[in-house]
Amino acid sequence: MATTHEVDPNRYYVPHSSPWPIFGSVALFVLAAGAALTLEQTTLGPYVLGLGFLLLFVLFFGWFRNVVDENQAGMYNAAVDRSFRMGMMWFIFSEVMFFAAFFGALFYARQFSLPWLSGEGAKAVTNVLLWPGFEAAWPSNGPADLGPRDDGSFETIPAFGLPAFNTLLLLTSGVTITIAHHALRAGKRAQLSLFLAATWILGFIFLGVQIYEYHYAYTDLGLTLGTGIYGSTFFMLTGFHGFHVMVGAIMLLVIWLRVVKGHFSPERHFAFEATAWYWHFVDVVWLILFVFVYWL
Amino acid sequence: MSAAKIAAVLAGVLGSASAYAYENSYNMPVGVTPISREVHGLHMLIFWICVIIAVFVFGAMIYSIWKFRKSKGAVPDKTLTHSTKVEVVWTVIPVLILVSMAVPATRTLIKIEDTRDAELSIKVTGYQWMWHYDYLGQDIGFYSRMATPSNVARQLRSGIDPNTVENYLLEVDNRLVVPVDTKVRVLITANDVIHSWWVPQFAVKKDAIPGFVNEAWFKAEKVGVYPGQCTELCGRDHAFMPIVVEVVSKEDFAKWLADRKAATQQAQAAPAAEPAAPVEAAAQTPATAAATAPAATTVSLQNTQLAAPVAAKL
Amino acid sequence: MANTSTHVAHDADHDHKPHGLKRWLFTTNHKDIGTMYLVFALLMFFVGGAMALVIRLELFSPGVQFVDPGFYNQMLTMHALIMIFGAVMPAFVGLANWMIPLQIGAPDMALPRMNNFSFWILPFAFTLLMATLFLPGGGPAGGWTMYPPLSLQGGDSFALMIFAIHLMGASSIMGAINVIVTIMNMRAPGMTLLKLPLFCWTWLITAYLLIAVMPVLAGAVTMLLTDHFLLTSFFNPAGGGDPVMFQHIFWFFGHPEVYILILPAFGIVSEIIPTFSRKPLFGYDAMVYATASIAFLSFVVWAHHMFTVGMPLAGQLFFMLSTMLIAVPTGVKVFNWTTTMWRGSLSFEPPMLFAIAFLFLFTIGGFSGLMLAIAPADFQYHDTYFVVAHFHYVLVPGAVFAIMAGVYYWLPKWTGHMYDMKLAKWHFWLSTISVNVLFFPQHFLGLAGMPRRIVDYNTQFTDWNVVSSIGGFVFGFSQLLFVWIIWKSARSGAKATAEVWDAQPSGLEWTVPSPAPYHTFDKAPEVR
Ligand code: HEA
Ligand code: HEA
Ligand code: CUA
Ligand SMILES: [Cu+2]
Repeated sequence: MATTHEVDPNRYYVPHSSPWPIFGSVALFVLAAGAALTLEQTTLGPYVLGLGFLLLFVLFFGWFRNVVDENQAGMYNAAVDRSFRMGMMWFIFSEVMFFAAFFGALFYARQFSLPWLSGEGAKAVTNVLLWPGFEAAWPSNGPADLGPRDDGSFETIPAFGLPAFNTLLLLTSGVTITIAHHALRAGKRAQLSLFLAATWILGFIFLGVQIYEYHYAYTDLGLTLGTGIYGSTFFMLTGFHGFHVMVGAIMLLVIWLRVVKGHFSPERHFAFEATAWYWHFVDVVWLILFVFVYWL
Repeated sequence: MSAAKIAAVLAGVLGSASAYAYENSYNMPVGVTPISREVHGLHMLIFWICVIIAVFVFGAMIYSIWKFRKSKGAVPDKTLTHSTKVEVVWTVIPVLILVSMAVPATRTLIKIEDTRDAELSIKVTGYQWMWHYDYLGQDIGFYSRMATPSNVARQLRSGIDPNTVENYLLEVDNRLVVPVDTKVRVLITANDVIHSWWVPQFAVKKDAIPGFVNEAWFKAEKVGVYPGQCTELCGRDHAFMPIVVEVVSKEDFAKWLADRKAATQQAQAAPAAEPAAPVEAAAQTPATAAATAPAATTVSLQNTQLAAPVAAKL
Repeated sequence: MANTSTHVAHDADHDHKPHGLKRWLFTTNHKDIGTMYLVFALLMFFVGGAMALVIRLELFSPGVQFVDPGFYNQMLTMHALIMIFGAVMPAFVGLANWMIPLQIGAPDMALPRMNNFSFWILPFAFTLLMATLFLPGGGPAGGWTMYPPLSLQGGDSFALMIFAIHLMGASSIMGAINVIVTIMNMRAPGMTLLKLPLFCWTWLITAYLLIAVMPVLAGAVTMLLTDHFLLTSFFNPAGGGDPVMFQHIFWFFGHPEVYILILPAFGIVSEIIPTFSRKPLFGYDAMVYATASIAFLSFVVWAHHMFTVGMPLAGQLFFMLSTMLIAVPTGVKVFNWTTTMWRGSLSFEPPMLFAIAFLFLFTIGGFSGLMLAIAPADFQYHDTYFVVAHFHYVLVPGAVFAIMAGVYYWLPKWTGHMYDMKLAKWHFWLSTISVNVLFFPQHFLGLAGMPRRIVDYNTQFTDWNVVSSIGGFVFGFSQLLFVWIIWKSARSGAKATAEVWDAQPSGLEWTVPSPAPYHTFDKAPEVR
């Protein structure tokens, strides 16, 4: 660390070269190729995929460390900080749109394709000619009763069991991170550290519950990815959400480690706030999910 | 292009419609159904509206280019930067023009979507790469594939000049036969991937979606043979699944129906004569296979209005 | 690796450029990145164009002479994916990289490392995509729209295509975030939003579109992936899904996408026409609002690509009417450009020539678009060459011509040399004439009944296909001139002044010397 630079608050900090972007591109390339090879069931696939994840890990570690070091050296003025904030906000918006596609699929299936298949609305003949006797009801695994069970039946996870518990977990974690934020602004480091730790621990417990739930669904309920449109939307929505919880929890963990190391000031703590925004986003998605996937 | 060919093209545009195939022309065919005529009229209407707007807009551009050239010493009028008045004018006028297009368009659309009171219902199923037709309630069903001469000539580097093949790519082994002046409802679906059933002279184009049934209708007013093609990319031989509809007089249709029925009964009497169904994408649409069997089609769709007079004629 | 952060200090020497390969691999400089984007786009334009020429070659006469029908479909699919995601979009991002910081008086893009990342993802993504052509079974062949169930029949290429699209999407999203943040955060003092050059405005709005719809595309192709590999039933009616659902999601992305391909073009044209008319742009505010309206409307018109799928009547009516509305703000733009020329003092340098051709030919494409919007008529037009003619008019003499106009406009600023005007005019006339020979007859073909995406056709369509193919080859080979002109200007040519054009163009980019120094606006300029 040879960073003894006076900060010129009028200067926007522009790094003059960095190996990380090209490294990242290679990582993504290996990851994508590995994923494709794995799906095509080649023997090489999982190894390439594993290498891809390894490179990705190195990328995140290296790139963010680079940024953290620069930040700790005080090279970022307020304008740079603003850029980071805007960047994060628009990134979260792009994530919202990604989920919107899957929610769109859910609504379309429930509002249009299932009623049509059962002969409602404009497509009455569909039912008569192709799927006689099929009556749509939600949840549905379609007129062909797709799924692992021979009789085509499946059960769903009741909303007011584990999912409700999970909702409580996430809501609580939303509260703890807010308390942590207040503590950070008030300079109460111990409280900050404690509540931040509580947040990521809650996040990981949520994930544990989710994994248990998936296991239960696969072994006992006949509910799998292949269980028709219900299984598809259920697992893809909760799965992508769970993935985001994982990413968010890891972010929280990293932020917590940085807090322990003494990073962040009451005024300047972009990484903390970005993580908090991300966590709230994950939270809100869950609430919508809870209502439309588990409950209604 | 030789002069003779150009002449032929022009003749195609100006000349009368031949009994078969599309007219070789620059423009949309007028077609032989009330709807196709309306659609053609609509097409010409919006075309001419666009031409008129183009005359004004391009006129103003060309005038500017010609008149306000620096090389001719034009001096820019730098005060001309905005004018709320003209902005409003050129927002409102296009809106009015659009309304004048939307009204007839809506009217035609409503007619197109009205499939009630059809006198004959035919189920059309797209396969990679052929069609299957089912006359609902008539116990008649058959596949329709591209005719052999075209199929031979269209192979990669076949060495056969397509110009020597009659109705190249647009002839089938079994045509869809329908009576003239009859409202025919087509129920369109597919068995593997999406196809689309298009007969330009009827202005009917509807996608064939596996697992769903779409409806369309036409009422051909002129006896003749009308070709069409699959118009949704459906894989390797998408270019080679033509449609040919033969519109015949009502009497001829009744006769055809009777012959066909007799043939079907004979075929059923001697099992295994029925052509084997093509490979099904079973997981995709398990019920389709069942539905193509005549038994499943008796539910409520048969068409007694037409069946009765046909039976009476026998 | 910690040492990477040690070199990041502000260099005292501000025109210091790193040398060799490392300069390009590691760069964070918006000008270098812009150049890489533009060169990459040009390369892809030739690759995609070569595939188009395979198509035109096969369609030169009836019968299947040159390629297998399956391979034809691969060419068709790859041509479109490469042209859209590899040529036109990266070219616009390249122009944005070069020009936005120069136009708003910023030292660089806001997030320079991410900027380089979003570029370098692209060559790798296209390596994945093009590698599929060498797999057994070949590349994707379901059309660029990838409709299931057909696209699910894809072989080994399927997963690679989808991951390639994911990568392109990630690249676009990062590029778009950079544009938004740069414009919102890095404007020189005094550069209020309503003083922003129109190129920046149109790009800003484009960036919003990108962030809103690229993730939706990612979602759509992810569903394809899981339907193919993980047994989900999104698009499988047997499980309660619907193949048409894919089309809705795809076009929710796809229609805004076509405006992503044209809005920056509008911006470029809005820069060039005032310059060479020697007169400020007419109706600046209206231009901004029109752009925003087009972007807004683009989210509610998607199903005009799906009139034939059997939508309920109410849906067809809604999408027909909303689509027609787009003609109004677009018309405002066309009228404003025309009025900008009105009572101006016009000169016809290559950028202006291309901009004027854009004006005429884009409008023709817009008119055919409006015809397509009329649902009952679209039943006849849909999936015929009439549609192919429509979108090539808006994409080739639309988007591509605008890119060429932009390159001819700013090239001296980049290289410091004027280019060969005479040759550029040759390039213009050859391109403009041949592009019409290429695409105008396709209207006739479509109306006369020739479906699109077919490898072979009935003999009645021969004549116009011959004409179109000839136009295609002339147009394609004319583009070699473009490369030659750029190449020459990069190495030699008369020295360009800071203003470049004697038409006194307005904008901050003309206040810096030509070629623009490696670092510009280290101290923000004052804008009055
Ligand atoms: C740059 C890309 C671009 C642009 C700008 C547009 C612009 C428009 N497009 Fe186009 N379109 C495509 C790219 C584009 N399109 C592509 C790629 C496809 C095919 C995709 C595929 O299937 O592979 C397609 C397909 C397509 C279809 C589907 C056709 C089909 O498959 O059946 C439709 C239907 O409505 C349509 C409509 C329009 C309309 C109404 C506009 C409008 O924005 C045009 C507005 C402009 C004007 C109207 C001209 C100027 C206006 C005036 C001078 C004012 C006065 C005018 C009037 C009042 C009329 N387009
Ligand atoms: C921005 C987008 C873009 C651009 C620029 C183009 C450019 C061109 N397009 Fe394309 N096209 C699409 C987007 C685009 N297209 C899309 C979206 C489709 C729909 C695909 C689908 O249905 O799924 C399509 C489909 C399409 C078809 C329809 C095929 C079919 O339906 O069966 C045709 C046919 O003529 C065609 C032709 C051309 C031609 C001749 C050009 C020309 O402008 C190209 C110019 C040529 C060159 C620039 C070549 C230069 C090369 C050389 C001179 C050779 C020398 C080589 C080297 C030196 C390496 N295109
Ligand atoms: Cu069937 Cu195309
Ligand atoms: Cu569109």
